[in-house]
Amino acid sequence: MIRVRRNRLYVAVFLLAGVALTITLLMLAMEENLNMFYPPDQVVDGRAPSGQTIRAGGMVLEDSVVRSADSLDVQFKLTDRQGSDFVVAYSGILPDLFREGQGILVRGVLTPEGIFQAVEVLAKHDENYMPPELLDLAKDGSPSG
Amino acid sequence: MGAQVAELGYFSLTLAGVLALTSALVGFCNPRHEQWASHLGCLVVGQLVFVTISFAALIWSFVSDDFSIAYVANHSNSLLPWYYKVSAVWGGHEGSFVLWILFLCGWSVLVVLRRDNYPVSIYTRVLATLAVLNVGFICFALFTSDPFARLIPMTPQDGSDLNPLLQDFGLIVHPPMLYAGYVGLAVPFAFAVAAMLEGKADALWARWVRPWVNSSWAFLTFGIALGSWWAYYELGWGGWWFWDPSENASFMPWLAATALLHSVAVTEKRGTFKSWTLLLSIAGFSLSLLGGFIIRSGILTSVHAFAVDPERGLYILIFLAIIVGGSLLLYGSRAGKFNSAVPYGLWSREFFVLVNNAILMLSLAVVMWGTLSPIGYEAISGGRISLGPPFFNRFFVPLMIVLALAVAFVPVLNWKRTNKARILNFCAREGAILFTVALLVAFILRPETVSVATGVIVSLAILITHIKDLIIRVKTTRPPLAYLGMTLAHVGFAFSILGVAVTSTQSVEKDVRMEPQGQVVMGELNVEFLGVKTIQGPNYVSQQGLFTVRDGETVYELRPEKRRYVASGSVMTEAAIDAGLLADTYISLGEPLEGDAWAVRLHYKPLVRWVWLGALLMGLGGIVAVFDVRYRRLRQRLKGRVGQAGAAA
Repeated sequence: MIRVRRNRLYVAVFLLAGVALTITLLMLAMEENLNMFYPPDQVVDGRAPSGQTIRAGGMVLEDSVVRSADSLDVQFKLTDRQGSDFVVAYSGILPDLFREGQGILVRGVLTPEGIFQAVEVLAKHDENYMPPELLDLAKDGSPSG
Repeated sequence: MGAQVAELGYFSLTLAGVLALTSALVGFCNPRHEQWASHLGCLVVGQLVFVTISFAALIWSFVSDDFSIAYVANHSNSLLPWYYKVSAVWGGHEGSFVLWILFLCGWSVLVVLRRDNYPVSIYTRVLATLAVLNVGFICFALFTSDPFARLIPMTPQDGSDLNPLLQDFGLIVHPPMLYAGYVGLAVPFAFAVAAMLEGKADALWARWVRPWVNSSWAFLTFGIALGSWWAYYELGWGGWWFWDPSENASFMPWLAATALLHSVAVTEKRGTFKSWTLLLSIAGFSLSLLGGFIIRSGILTSVHAFAVDPERGLYILIFLAIIVGGSLLLYGSRAGKFNSAVPYGLWSREFFVLVNNAILMLSLAVVMWGTLSPIGYEAISGGRISLGPPFFNRFFVPLMIVLALAVAFVPVLNWKRTNKARILNFCAREGAILFTVALLVAFILRPETVSVATGVIVSLAILITHIKDLIIRVKTTRPPLAYLGMTLAHVGFAFSILGVAVTSTQSVEKDVRMEPQGQVVMGELNVEFLGVKTIQGPNYVSQQGLFTVRDGETVYELRPEKRRYVASGSVMTEAAIDAGLLADTYISLGEPLEGDAWAVRLHYKPLVRWVWLGALLMGLGGIVAVFDVRYRRLRQRLKGRVGQAGAAA
């Protein structure tokens, strides 16, 4: 029986240590990798912090997409159609569903000058799927929905 | 005539539901009656027949373009090739649910076919539990997501087409595999419920369950690997795993099932870990429900989706509460009975399975937290957060390295305890070989980070120890299939780790702007863009790019496409891949730029195939083990045992 008890002790210590370690690591990782979402009005009025990775979203403003002539740099404006819009700068290939008027999510850093330097641009997957973050905008923002 | 096919399908599904309800009543009311058990078998076969009719009716509705059915109108189009019309059946929520029900009936009938292996009270209770689940699923399909609902009189002229992402070979095979795995986990769950009702879960019980655990786990493995492969070539981003909620939904039950696979082995061989095995059986299927049921139907991607379709969401929550809550209550009241004190040492297979289970449970906790906490956060505070891949990778890299290290020791371990000298000897000998090989590998590959180097070393460790042990065993005896299956699966695991470690760090990825006749040098490759021409497909118009890739002496062409689907107007990227065992060259078209220039995505991905090759080997290992003699001859043994007992009396 002593052996059994000793084994149980091993197991208990092992499990406790594992759980404690996981929770600590979880908390640390959460702090580092958690990206808050900000709608356009919060980006514009400065409620969104600059200098750290955040996510933002909105509709691509018509006639705002500007491509560079010799590289993959692109700039466009995201709007909530209620007067707030901000400039996004991105370098790379835009998703297939990127279109003017379309709901878009961007992940990146807001510079102190108010330009959103995106490292990732996500578009709607299909007609039925809307990024959950943009549902509010779609409901009360865009006329086309 | 043809117009009534959908009604026939609906009626058949209703009949199957009635049969399922009857089976549940018959099974639970009189579980020890031989005659009733035979009738129960007929009722279960009846469910399969009627669900098959219903499924066939749905296929017929798709193939015959019956756009008066809402589900067909939303997921098909008359221009769609016939094979995509068939696979469109499981391209949406309602139809995939009928497939789910079909698989549950299929697994139940397999249990019926193996009837002689089990005592009558276990047999009837397993079938009755499966029937209860089936009643729940069929009611869900009939009352909240009816695939046969008509659009009358507003019948559209043509369908709005299947999402182009899903018009692909991957979608024909991926969901059925995955669903077979999800639903397959219902069988171990039913066995656990039966054992708890019976009050008896012993080594023999574990032997009954093991083939079911193995085969559903194998299907789940194939399904996940296919999904990852599909995402790789169809999404056009060159990634193979995104830690997306829908991927995590299939990964969570897989982690639980992998833990179960190992724990049930200990229960069979040593008669211990019983209550833990029961709990894992419940957890595996509960996570399947969570994954297949909740996340697939889009209910929990956002609290908003719940509000859009409250009826469906409420039904799911109540059903989950009954099944998961009920089985956990049963477990809580009975688990105390299954305690067993079987001693084992630190260097034993038992302890290493414990390590395996602990690591898998931690991984499961991480995935679950990463998937569900954003939803919880939204529900509580209204704000929205997301946890990106770095969050998951941070945990998975170290956890999988420890797990792989433990796997490398498997061939040297015995049940109960292992001689210390044997282990020291093993560490010295295999360690020396490994060290030499690892140095060589480090010299050739020059891995940049510590975790990659470790990944490569641990996977080599698994390969060396397992293959050496296999050679010794094959020389001396004829090893059983269960052993071969385990070795195959562990080797597959090593392959996957090697593939992940190498491809995620050694890949070259370039997004460039290319003019016709422009060239880009990528490592040893020289890629030339020749231009784009327009091609007409069956239901799309395509811009096809032509590239020549020069790799030293060899020259090959790649033709990635940008397709515009006529019915929906949506644009799709079709990557062109030169697939190889050692490396893939991957080209996809971005968007047209000024003049004739295009944005082009070029990837060179070494060992990326090994990720899926490894998963394929793992799944095959699971299947091979199912055919071990000791599961095939259960019938004779059971009869033999009864005979002996009779003679002794």
